[in-house]
Amino acid sequence: MKQFKGRVIAPGEVTAEAVVTTQGFNTLASFQMALQFGDKEVKCGDQNNEELHGKPLIGKALCLPQTIGSTTGGLVLYCACAMERNPACMLFANHIDSLAAAGAILADVWVDGVSMPVVDCLGDEFLNYVKDGMKVTVKADGVVEVEE
Amino acid sequence: MILTKEQQAILDGEKGETLAKVMKTLVMYGDAFEAEKLVPITSKYNHLVTSFGLKVMSPVYDLMQKLLDAGVASGQKFSVDPRPLDKNVPANFLQNLVFNKFMYTKQDFYEEQLEKLGLMDKDAFSCTCYMDEMGNKPQKGDVLSWAESSAVVYANSVLGARCNRNSGIIDIMGSIVGYVPYFGLLTDEGRKATWVVKVNTTKKPEAQLLGSAIGMKVMEDVPYVVGLDKWIGTELNDAACAYLKDFGAATASNGAVGLYHIENLTPEACELGEKLISEGAKEYIIDDAELERVQKNYPVIWKDPDAAPKLCFVGCPHLSLEQLKDWTDKIEASLKENGGKKVCIPTVLTAAPKVLEAFEKTEYAERLKATGVITSYICPLMYMNNPLCKKMPVITSSNKLRTYTSARYYTDAEILKAITGGKK
Repeated sequence: MKQFKGRVIAPGEVTAEAVVTTQGFNTLASFQMALQFGDKEVKCGDQNNEELHGKPLIGKALCLPQTIGSTTGGLVLYCACAMERNPACMLFANHIDSLAAAGAILADVWVDGVSMPVVDCLGDEFLNYVKDGMKVTVKADGVVEVEE
Repeated sequence: MILTKEQQAILDGEKGETLAKVMKTLVMYGDAFEAEKLVPITSKYNHLVTSFGLKVMSPVYDLMQKLLDAGVASGQKFSVDPRPLDKNVPANFLQNLVFNKFMYTKQDFYEEQLEKLGLMDKDAFSCTCYMDEMGNKPQKGDVLSWAESSAVVYANSVLGARCNRNSGIIDIMGSIVGYVPYFGLLTDEGRKATWVVKVNTTKKPEAQLLGSAIGMKVMEDVPYVVGLDKWIGTELNDAACAYLKDFGAATASNGAVGLYHIENLTPEACELGEKLISEGAKEYIIDDAELERVQKNYPVIWKDPDAAPKLCFVGCPHLSLEQLKDWTDKIEASLKENGGKKVCIPTVLTAAPKVLEAFEKTEYAERLKATGVITSYICPLMYMNNPLCKKMPVITSSNKLRTYTSARYYTDAEILKAITGGKK
């Protein structure tokens, strides 16, 4: 088990299985088809992301460097949370970007009964260490534990 | 973050629970970027990115309804991105069924909400709200709460306004309380270039290709571009602004650029020159071979890569009046050269409603119509945002459309040849 300390953007505690992308996560491209056409597993629809394409995102610990793509990204993430189709948490190696921050905060402030903890600044080492399927636990103070 | 008494009062709920939540959203957003304060929005109008009444986006319309029910409206009138539907644009029976009965069933409802929230007028739908005809052109130094990425990068770079790459919904929340968090591209430091891009091409680089190359290289950083003035001049005239509009949209969609400086051309580069370049800035040299490499590396995701194109979109972001005229001249001339009278691929040129209105008053409109080309106010991206279009071979000279959809990119010259019967 290895611990990483990050910064809390949206508070909460959760344990979930990791899905990992080492390239920018395109929020619109990843979620749009799944949300639009009722995919209950919310499989990643971004054809340009070989690491994630086709993998379920719902209920997972999404580990990523940052998000990229359309400025609708924040509201797409907000919608995913409001529809309860969101990842269990989002864990950023880098400083969070403005679109992901917006999505996480909109969900935290405006969606009742849904918690999606978001932690950023976990560092490159976090993203190098965590792999698909590992058990990830997010603590309220921004500590992230990763178990093989 | 340090708030003024007025801002703190709103956050504490003195003006109601809903407004307190709007303020809380903006404060948390600012805190995520270590913003020390909120600053007043100074532009006359806002611009929103969310123009589409997609059924799946119901949570967005629920949120807007919460704002309306609480009696909260935007402090500024606003324009909004293009509409997703236009019956003038070719669509088959199945597409029409999916568009109208399944995907965009909330369009009328959402447009009613927009009107109540502060839409400028019924034609205020375009990603190029800053066109003179549209009337939402910020002044230099204005602080904005915009979100549309191509409009943000244009406002920052060409007009010298100040705006972060905000997300949809955050845009309207800013203009509801009248403030945005002070960080990133609002600050002098955040507007400094961390890349120097040297354009060493032997001919004028294609705007959408150059922007794509730079966007993919610098991602969210600020580039200072040297050597482009040789090709597009040192004056922000119609042609240069149209070039920078297309260039910027590609930097923003192929990367995440919110601001660029063009030496001897854009306002801050003219004022401050190399003082805008941060110490230790990285360098990227672009020559003909680099542009060729970038274009060759675009994935082709058509089901049949050799399929004959069924539709062509030009105008993402929307075309200017001068660009519409220029395309008319070029299509006419190319058809004449190839011995044709009408385009051989259904072709749609997209522009803002009021730009199209102005175009219709010129003699070019009839000439363009005679070539078989359709004009529309539609958002091509929204048109293509469904699984049916994956099977449809669409070509475009928009690098933004290429990035977000299955449309295949060609340069303007290649598109012209393709639609007028020449070879690609």
